[in-house]
Order: sequence, then C-alpha cells, then structure tokens
Amino acid sequence: MTDIYLDNNATTRVDPAVVDVMIPYFLEQYGNPSSIHKFADGVARGLKHARQQVQALIGCEHDSEIIFTSCGTESNSTAILSAIKAQPNKKEIITTTVEHPAILSLCDYLEKEGYTIHRMPVDKAGRLNLNAYKSLLSDQVAIASVMWANNETGTIFPVAEMAAMANAAGVMFHTDAVQAVGKIPMLLQDTKIDMLSLSGHKLHAPKGIGVLYLRRGTRYRPLLRGGHQERGRRAGTENSASIVGLGKACELALEYIEYENTKVKAMRDRLERGITEQIPHCFVTGDLNNRLPNTTDIAFEYIEGESILMLLNKAGIAASSGSACTSGSLEPSHVMRAMDIPYTAAHGTIRFSFSRYNSMAEVDKVLKVMPGIVATLRKLSPYWDGNGPVVDPEKAFAPAYA
Amino acid sequence: MWDYSDKVKEHFFNPKNAGAVVDANATGEVGSISCGDALRLTLKVDDDSEIILEAGFQTFGCGSAIASSSVLTEIIKGMTLDEALKVTNQDIADQLEGLPPEKMHCSVMGREALQAAIANYRGEEWKDDHEEGALICKCFAIDAVMIEEMVWANKLRTVEDVTNFTKAGGGCAACHEDIEAILEKVLTEKGEKFDPNAAPIEQPAKVTAIKTPLTNLQRIKKIEQVLESLRPSLMADGGDVELVEVIGNTAYVNMTGACNGCQMAAMTIAGIQQRLMEVMGEFIKVVPATEMSKLVSIEAVS
Repeated sequence: MTDIYLDNNATTRVDPAVVDVMIPYFLEQYGNPSSIHKFADGVARGLKHARQQVQALIGCEHDSEIIFTSCGTESNSTAILSAIKAQPNKKEIITTTVEHPAILSLCDYLEKEGYTIHRMPVDKAGRLNLNAYKSLLSDQVAIASVMWANNETGTIFPVAEMAAMANAAGVMFHTDAVQAVGKIPMLLQDTKIDMLSLSGHKLHAPKGIGVLYLRRGTRYRPLLRGGHQERGRRAGTENSASIVGLGKACELALEYIEYENTKVKAMRDRLERGITEQIPHCFVTGDLNNRLPNTTDIAFEYIEGESILMLLNKAGIAASSGSACTSGSLEPSHVMRAMDIPYTAAHGTIRFSFSRYNSMAEVDKVLKVMPGIVATLRKLSPYWDGNGPVVDPEKAFAPAYA
Repeated sequence: MWDYSDKVKEHFFNPKNAGAVVDANATGEVGSISCGDALRLTLKVDDDSEIILEAGFQTFGCGSAIASSSVLTEIIKGMTLDEALKVTNQDIADQLEGLPPEKMHCSVMGREALQAAIANYRGEEWKDDHEEGALICKCFAIDAVMIEEMVWANKLRTVEDVTNFTKAGGGCAACHEDIEAILEKVLTEKGEKFDPNAAPIEQPAKVTAIKTPLTNLQRIKKIEQVLESLRPSLMADGGDVELVEVIGNTAYVNMTGACNGCQMAAMTIAGIQQRLMEVMGEFIKVVPATEMSKLVSIEAVS
C-alpha cells in the first residue's frame, strides 16, 4: 500500500486536472498578459475566467472583487496594512489568540509600532465570546480580523455574525479563510465581510498563489505599488499559470463540496471514533459540533507529538502535530495553550486532515497501527505505568525543570 | 521534518535501556516544561567501585530527546561516577552524530539528568542553574535568556556586541531583528535607549576568567586561547604572535611580522601579559623567546 497523506491542512496535492489547464500557460500562452500579440492574447481571457471561477466558489457579487496575490500570508498582510493605512487615526486591531502566525506575527509587529492589539481568548473548546467581542468594537478599531476556521482543530468561528456586528459598529472586518474555502459552502455577498484571504495550495491548486477578496467600496491601500495589474491594487506581473490553475481548483472544489461534507467527513469521523474507542487517555480538541469536515485534532496524553509523527511516518502515514518540537519553538502550539490543554496532552496532539483523495481503506490502516504506536511511546514515558498513567502524574513525576 | 542523523533515528526507533532499572540506587529527574521534555534516569551503581552497572531511562519527549536518553545510557554504562560526571552534552550530541541546533537542549537534558542522578546517589541536592529561552540564533544555538543575561552583564549595546560575546548572529544574520528586539527590551529596562549605530564596546577576550589553580597543560591551553583572541588585532597591524614555550608562569613568545622589531613590541608584550593575567587570575610573565637561550644556559650552569 502506498503512503497515506493525512496532512491536507498543511498543503494539498495539486489536482491533475489543475496541472493540465496550467501547462499551456507555460509553453504556449506564456506572453505577458499586458502585451498585444498572439503569445498573450488568450491570457487575459484565462485570467478573467479564473476570476469568475473563484467568484463562484466564494459567492461574491463581482469578479472584480477578486485580487490575485502570491499566497495567504500576502493577502492577510495586505488586508490589515490596508485597513490601518486607510484609517490612520484608528489605532486598535481586534483579533484572536488562535490565529495563524500570518496574522499574529504581523499584529505583534504593529503592537511595537504603537497599535493596541485586542487578542480575544477562547474557551476550552476553542470558542469565542461574542459579548466580549462586541464590547471591543469601537470607532478606535481599524479592523477586526478573525479566522474562518482554525488550522489545527478545524473549529469554525461565526464570522458572518461577527462581520455584521463589526459593520454595525463601523469597523472593517477581515477573515483569514485559507482553511475554510473549498471545505464549507460560503456566499460572501450575503455577508458583511469586507476582506477575505484564501490560499491556492490548501485546495489542490499550486503553492504560490492566493486571493484577497475585497468587497467593492471597501477603502483600500495596496501593499505592492507599481504596474496596473489587478486594477492597480496588487502590482506585479500576474502569475498567469497559477491563477488559471487556482480557477480550475475552485471549480473542482465547488463540485466536490458536498462530497467533502459527506464522504470526507465520514472518513474523518470513522478515524476519530476508532482512535478514541481503541486508545485510552486521548481526546479530541476543539469545538466538536462546529468543525471543518476534514479535520480532527487528537491529544494523546503522556507522550509527545513528534515521536508519534516519526513512528507514523515509518508506517507510511503523514500527519502533523501541535507539539513544540515539530516547529522548532519551545512552546507547544499557541492554539492548544489558548484552549488551556494541559501540557502533558498539548505536546501530544496529532492533527489528521483529509481530502477527497483519501479513502476508507486508508482510515483502517491508520486505525491498525495507531494503538501500537501510542503504546510503544507510553512504555518509554515516565508518566505511564503499565496499563495506565501513574497515579497523580503531576506529583509522581515532578522533575526539576530547566 | 528534522534532518536527523541515522544515529538519532537508530536510537529513536530502537531505544537502548528503555524503562526503569529495577533495583536502582540512583535517580535523576529533569525536564523543561515549556518544551515538553522530561527525563527520568535510573542507575544501578556498584557501591564499592562506584561503577555504573546498569542505566535505564524513561522519557516524555520528542525523537531527539528519546535518542539522547538512549545514547546517554549506553555512554555511561561501565563508567565510574567520576568519569560519568565528565560527560558533556556535546559528548551526547557527538555520539548521535550531531543534533539540529533547535534540539541541542535534548542533549543538555541528558547531561543534567545524569548529574542529578549522581547527586542523588551521593545524597547531594542537584541544583539546576540553566534557564532556557526561545532559540534566537539557529546557527550557533543561542537562546534569548543567554543573550539577555550577556547584555545585562556586559553592558552590551549593539548586535555586533552580542555577536562578539555570544556568537549569536554571527552566522546567517537572519536573527539580527530578534537580537535588536532583545537589546531594545533590556536597554529600556535599564533606562537607556537602543541605538543601532552605537559604537561597539571594547572587544572582549573570548575566554572567561577561571578561578581554580591551573595545571601546566590547562595553563598552556588557556594561554593559547588568549593569544588566539588577541591575534586579530595584531594581524590588523600586520603582525602576529606565536607561543614557543611555557615554563612555570613564564610564557615565551615570538613576535612575528610587523611586530618583530617594532618599537611597540615591548608595549605589545606588556599588553599581552596584562590580558593573560586578567583572564587567568594568576601572575604570568611574558618574555620574548629570544630570552630563552639565556635561561637554558643558566640552568645548565646551575
């Protein structure tokens, strides 16, 4: 059996149909879309078509609200920096403690520049308190930026409701939707969301292409100035092959959205149930009733995530972990800490994220090896004694901490 | 994924001496709560010879933590406690054919557990004096706590200072922004202002003072180190210095290049002597090697 890829929230395989539509833009229609000759005369049409395909997936009103960027991070930076540049008198930003570093690092930086950052906490299930959010909204706030779905747990935030609240308070609203687009249906024209970021490689398009959705009429200042590309809102020669590829990927995502929410969800559910039934002392993190259909994040107590990943990898299974050691930082994932997951569990979280390329047979294979992997590592753990954790683990093993 | 050596993988996938030693008479427990590493080392020590007969580990941690624990038990089995105390974290990392800089703390944890276990056997209390911060410089594995302490202790003001004292930032330079942030923080706490264009403070000797009496070998090594640290400034003037012999507390040196015959040679030698005494904490006399023949002839006569 070939290797099993369950790390689709990290990145995805490019769909072969996407590759097919891209090839001509490397070999034939490679002209600069701005040129007037036959090497370029199909490119503008290709870009326009792609724009409409993206528009259809996210359900926005106009295709001109789509700005192609290089990635999700660029879209996020553009959105937040645009909001503060366009409203220089507003010195506050609202976000959450569980955002992607693409938002959090930028906010940390802006804090040093004198901005006040409100990082909303989450509860143990990863949920926000909307009353607290409401009390933060004021005419001092330049932008509220809240992710649509969390990359680690898959927990979905009520962004449509939050955008409406922001709008009522006269505050711009941005959502980092790189994990949500293509996995759950959305209709932006019915919301008050002003800006949205998406990333191609999370939905079977290539890496290096992203989109910033910018609601018509939203005050905007470009990040990159230069040529007239993207109507002057994002200068730089268009990545035409990738844009066309992203268009195709969006078309396919729309086609498969029901499959994602039925078949893919069924695989996720079966894996999750199988693991939690077979393996003692593990639990699923996040808001179980309000999650992406493809994601499960399971905390295995008393063992460490990187070790689990290494043994999974040896068994031909790819997943990811919120453990400190996989990222090179010393802290376990900020998302786990925000949810107040104890550290003996936070370091042992494994995220399995599915796509339409996975199968039930793969789920069964993972279920077969997972109990053995956990048992092997627990045998090495000072917190584990035979068939269960040592009595009162925190006290029984209390090392001198460095 | 990390670029682990085959040796790390070998020890991770097939750990040696996993589990607690049944009738252990020494236990060391250490860990780093933020990093999620914890290690319990159990030893069976022969009471007469103080030889480690058996060693076992229980580790909560990542691949390199488990591999470091495993290789540690292999290294120390058969050693006396005194020998084991000389095992450094570098020895552990070397046995594993290297660790990524982010993972060097795993080898540190191994060494600490060993020291804790030996202290436990001897009825002493082991004190951990090592605090760990976020990794700043990936080239030389220097963390934030270390940089902060050096900035405080040595009144550092610029990134260049930090590099001179800690090596941090001396490689790829990608961490300079982070180092500036630390400087800004510490200097603000001290009521000063960070100025990126401030002149670097005086070049430090890259060796630190030692307090215990030196053996001849240690003295020679230390003198070499100090000369090494002074060499760049001599070479900047087109000269160099070479250690020829050390007899007792007298160091015989050859001044070469532009230093040779330079009128400043005497002053330079005085400067070297001053520096040596500061670092070594004992009286050192620096004499040009040309004087050595006189000494030999005197000895021959007597």
